[in-house]
Amino acid sequence: MDEYALIMRHEDGTKIASPEQMEIWMKQTMDWIGGIAAQNKFVSGTGLLFDGAKVVKHGGVVTDGPFGAIKETIGGFIVVRAESPDEAADFAKGCPVLQGDGNTMEVRRIAKRDGTH
Amino acid sequence: MAQQELIPHLFRTEYRKIISVLCRRFGFDHVEIAEDIASDTFATAAQTWGLNGAPANPIAWLYSVAKNKARNHLQRSSVFDGKVVPEVKYTTTELHEYDIDLSPQNISDSQLQMMFTICHPSIPPEAQIGLSLRILCGFGIDEIAEAFLTNKETINKRLYRAREKLREEEIRIEFPGLSEIDKRLENVLMTIYLLFNEGCYSVSQNEVLRKDLCFEAIRLCEMLIDNKSTDKPPVNALLALMYFHASRFDARINKNGEMVLYDDQDTTLWNQDMITKGGYFLHRSATGESLSKYHLEASIAYWSTQKQDTTEKWENILQLYNRYLQIEYSPIAALNRTYALSKVNGKEVAITEAEKLKLDHNQFYFVLLGELYTSIDKEIAKKHLEKAYSLAKTTADKHVIQQKIDQLPN
Repeated sequence: MDEYALIMRHEDGTKIASPEQMEIWMKQTMDWIGGIAAQNKFVSGTGLLFDGAKVVKHGGVVTDGPFGAIKETIGGFIVVRAESPDEAADFAKGCPVLQGDGNTMEVRRIAKRDGTH
Repeated sequence: MAQQELIPHLFRTEYRKIISVLCRRFGFDHVEIAEDIASDTFATAAQTWGLNGAPANPIAWLYSVAKNKARNHLQRSSVFDGKVVPEVKYTTTELHEYDIDLSPQNISDSQLQMMFTICHPSIPPEAQIGLSLRILCGFGIDEIAEAFLTNKETINKRLYRAREKLREEEIRIEFPGLSEIDKRLENVLMTIYLLFNEGCYSVSQNEVLRKDLCFEAIRLCEMLIDNKSTDKPPVNALLALMYFHASRFDARINKNGEMVLYDDQDTTLWNQDMITKGGYFLHRSATGESLSKYHLEASIAYWSTQKQDTTEKWENILQLYNRYLQIEYSPIAALNRTYALSKVNGKEVAITEAEKLKLDHNQFYFVLLGELYTSIDKEIAKKHLEKAYSLAKTTADKHVIQQKIDQLPN
């Protein structure tokens, strides 16, 4: 069994949802994660806040927020255990982020730290 | 209190105090001596009180007899040591050096330190529970054997090995350092939690014994709360959780000694006093930064004390299980979460999620599937319940499942 990162990618991070919408998404996200955890396949979860976000560029230039010419941004990621990339992708399909048109989930196997990958 | 009840009662409350104080004084190396002296004290009490009647202050009487026995032991062993190892200069022959401190403060400290010693990560959990029952709860070997549904030899061996291990590791009877206390406390809480669960779900049919296990777990947890250095949020959460569950004990068993499921329980039999206590400790647990699994479980247990089936109740329970499972997975939590999901999002959604759980050797998995299918497809429901029946180990469980099969709509 390998570990996979399921990365939530928002097409346009500048869109701001209403608090009510946020609450619904929050609950759906918790149900999604709970469903994975109920299969004993959940490892960890990390949400990423926009508050105080910075982008550091070549030459040490620092700007506020992750948005410039490219609006796409990462909302967070969870790490799961899965038998195969397909199973990991099946988990990703349930993420409520995908309700947003243009949003995607990136599924990446996590390198083991024993040199075998 | 009648004479025949007095000694067992005092045994439950005083045995662990005497043993803890003595053991702390002698060192864990001599734990058996402490156990012997404590047992001896009660044997003497049984004899003397049987003839002359109980003294006016039985507890003071016990303490003073235990003190004398300990003092004699210390004097004897000092004479012995003095002869065998004469180069060791014993200057401690004055009487007060042999005195045993049975002040409330020392009793409380000694008991807690003993708990930390017994719940040491170097010995396996079942040995920690066994030693706790023996030393801190004054259980007999036969009672412990019955609780674990095994024989006395097995328990004796298990406890012997555990004592040896603690000696080998030179575990001292003391409070863990400040930097260590939270980590070590986790272990103590785990043992209390397992002890409580043993009482709730034990395969033993002895209902009185099972309740006793639960109340001993509550008592040990209260000891932690009574001491400032261990009165921490997770300890309060664990106590709340135990009170909430214990509140339903009287409703759990009917007159014929059969299990009554939650949905069928007579709520007037729920112990309101315990529910109130649970609420009090849950409130006290809500400080600090950390959210332990006991906090989540206590919150779930709180909602279970609300019999009414509201959307709010099941929404809350579902979200609590979602978080609980992220901290710690267990099959039973996964099943309960799925049940809550069926209450919030409907049975079809829950069936899809349930079928992903693949708990193919778990009877409760098939009970849940059976229940979810009952109003959808009676034949599939029956198949699942029959599978559950074949997996069930106790007659009580089989009985409950058979009832469900019989109640399936035609």
